Amino acid sequence: MKHVSEYRNAELVQGMLKELREIATQPWVVMEICGGQTHSFVRHGIDQMLPDTLTLVHGPGCPVCVTSLELIDKAIAIASRPGVIFTSYGDMLRVPGTARDLLSVRAAGGDVRVVYSPLDAVKIAQQNPDKEVVFFAIGFETTAPPNAMSAVQAKSLGLENFSLLVSQVRVPPAMHAILGSRKNRVQGFLAAGHVCSVMGYWEYPPIAEAYGVPIAVTGFEPIDLVQGLLDVVGMLERGEVAVQNSYARAVTFEGNQPAQRLLDDVFETCDRAWRGIGVIPESGWKLKPAYAGFDAEERFDVGSIQSRESPLCIAGEILQGLKIPSQCPAFGNLCTPEHPLGATMVSSEGACAAYYRYRRHD
Amino acid sequence: MCLGIPGKVLETYEQEGLLMGKVDFGGATRETCLMYVPEIKAGEYVIVHVGFAINRLSEEEAQETLAALREIYILGEEIGPEGVG
Repeated sequence: MKHVSEYRNAELVQGMLKELREIATQPWVVMEICGGQTHSFVRHGIDQMLPDTLTLVHGPGCPVCVTSLELIDKAIAIASRPGVIFTSYGDMLRVPGTARDLLSVRAAGGDVRVVYSPLDAVKIAQQNPDKEVVFFAIGFETTAPPNAMSAVQAKSLGLENFSLLVSQVRVPPAMHAILGSRKNRVQGFLAAGHVCSVMGYWEYPPIAEAYGVPIAVTGFEPIDLVQGLLDVVGMLERGEVAVQNSYARAVTFEGNQPAQRLLDDVFETCDRAWRGIGVIPESGWKLKPAYAGFDAEERFDVGSIQSRESPLCIAGEILQGLKIPSQCPAFGNLCTPEHPLGATMVSSEGACAAYYRYRRHD
Repeated sequence: MCLGIPGKVLETYEQEGLLMGKVDFGGATRETCLMYVPEIKAGEYVIVHVGFAINRLSEEEAQETLAALREIYILGEEIGPEGVG
């Protein structure tokens, strides 16, 4: 497939890895923000071909993993109501809430449906005027424009039976939280390519400057990943602090302007709780007053929910790059994809699921 | 979640006020919302995420990147560090 296969050329990847081993002379800790990149690294075995001095830690860029337990419990409460069709991206169905997950709501007779696109949820609302259709609008900046468009389209179609349970999160505030932590050990970042495809990377130079960390905007194929590492390790070795675009075919400095304009119409920033991490100031988006009528949290009073996390799960430390999955005592025994204790074992982008699937048990 | 798949726009059309298109992913075709790439033309490549083109893929940048990499890591090895001359 064009724009995919040529970036998997083994000969090129080997040559690039050889150079990476040559230029990396000191120990460095680099974080890839995006869970999609975590999976790509492990899937292609690149994590096992890196220089011994280079430590790769995995970031919080998995929206399924960081959606707060309280919102999962709210989703479960709303989806359990009669007359509700609850729509969601597939990954969310098996994420454990305090007592159960969305899949068990469906098993008990609830109408929970997986959609490929937010516009599919709008279509379901058009086809079911006698039902309340709720869409679980989770995601980072990449998914925000599609999710926002569902609210815009529902408004223009005059749909009164459609609403969004919003759990939008943003990358830059999470980077501030990681780098500002006393426990931080991250010295360089691979910024998430598709987040930057939408947002550009104008938000990143101030972060690089403030904390003295080089950043490389990085894509998802093996060549893209190694290019990102070459650029970030190169800057670390030279003592250079800058933001490089290592994914130029998909990312510009300004990003996608029509998408950013629409985001600005629909969303405004808010504080948001990240599962396992806690509240990060201004790290979320919520619906603006003009779209508040589509806010499922306003529409459905679910009362007070007592959310409680599994005491065994260390997902929070993993999402902040403080630990890796195989350091968790529950990993692979008490916690598996079949019986997950935390969201990082469920999602196709969760670090624990990646380690489990590709057998990085030690 | 943020996975985006590159695809080739085959045709564009309007549906319920939205700019939509048929996008080919190496043989499989899918309906895709093109509202965020309003200038896109049939034959161009986009990155598709949850049914939306989130940006255009630059053919020029792609070719430039690949050519540079081949020169450094494949041709460079064959020719050797001193070059042909």
